[in-house]
Amino acid sequence: MTNKDIFLRGFFKENAVFALLLGMCPTLGVTSSATNGLGMGLATTFVLIMSNLVISLVSSFIPDKVKIPSFIVIIASFVTMVDLLMAGYVPALHEQLGVFIPLIVVNCVVLGRAEAFASKNKMVPSIIDGVSMGLGFAMALTMLGAIREFFGSGKMFGVTLFNETYGMLVFVLAPGAFIALGYLIAFINRVRKV
Amino acid sequence: MEFIVIIISAIFVNNVVLMQFLGICPFLGVSKKVSTAVGMTGAVTFVMILATIVTYLIQHYILNPYGIGFMQTISFILVIASLVQLVEIILKKVSPALYQALGVFLPLITTNCAILGVAIMTIQKDYNLLEAVVFSGASAIGFGLALVLFAGLREHLDLVELPKGIKGTPAALIVAGLLAMAFMGFSGIV
Repeated sequence: MTNKDIFLRGFFKENAVFALLLGMCPTLGVTSSATNGLGMGLATTFVLIMSNLVISLVSSFIPDKVKIPSFIVIIASFVTMVDLLMAGYVPALHEQLGVFIPLIVVNCVVLGRAEAFASKNKMVPSIIDGVSMGLGFAMALTMLGAIREFFGSGKMFGVTLFNETYGMLVFVLAPGAFIALGYLIAFINRVRKV
Repeated sequence: MEFIVIIISAIFVNNVVLMQFLGICPFLGVSKKVSTAVGMTGAVTFVMILATIVTYLIQHYILNPYGIGFMQTISFILVIASLVQLVEIILKKVSPALYQALGVFLPLITTNCAILGVAIMTIQKDYNLLEAVVFSGASAIGFGLALVLFAGLREHLDLVELPKGIKGTPAALIVAGLLAMAFMGFSGIV
């Protein structure tokens, strides 16, 4: 498989959210605006790239029995780094994303790629896999965030497009997350088939 | 009185699954039948209360005194992962019947973000140990309530004729949205 194939597979064909339905908690939890979705997506991308890189290098030294715990420790170290970096440089976003930043540890996408790809492949393909999976995840979150922000409050990335009083508040609240994602996946299923 | 507020708020008003979006993976994954949903709830309740107690003690007797609060994520997830393994081993020896019932769900719990999420929220909300136990128990009941309700709805959903694109996960998500909307009716009671 060439590097381009790996990239396209992670970004679109096996998109973590739309095709594999992984990482649903942050997908629904932080996408009340496009900016939040993008921020969460990029934070996860960073963790994915770094953990894929390190795991592809060390996995041959790790005995099979302690494979998963060691992967979790590697992932958790990078999550802690992201957590501290975001608290330092983008405190407002850090506040908004809240408990979901430490929860990147239990995001099935990250552990899933570590186990299914990085532990079996060399460094360069693993990095590409991390980049594509991460960007695919970030794209999905930004799309959902943009849809919810647009219908809910008439904004896009914080820029007002129409008066907020015409927005449907439910899209910003919890039920809107489920419903918007449901229709988005249905729409993508339809596009995929054509 | 305080405990009643914590319980009502954790089960209904701030339901872990429907309002806080924690534990969505098992919510969508094991909600096809009511019986499996009940089994999963049992396993989650057990591990969630245990994990909250252990992580509470770690935070207050190890991390805080030594000023290594930044190790929170790493230490909590390791504790939860090993706790799940431990529970599995003990259950197998002590109560094979219970192990049979919960066994398949236990490995899945390590990556259930509701467990880690509730453990972290307990620390953020600055509860004492008793409040932490009540909070985690109520959160687990809230998780179970949402899961069992949703499983019941999904059993009926299988019998409905739907357009091809929306069948399966999209339909399940939309139904979950309606369920969340019903739960919004509880907001404001505490």
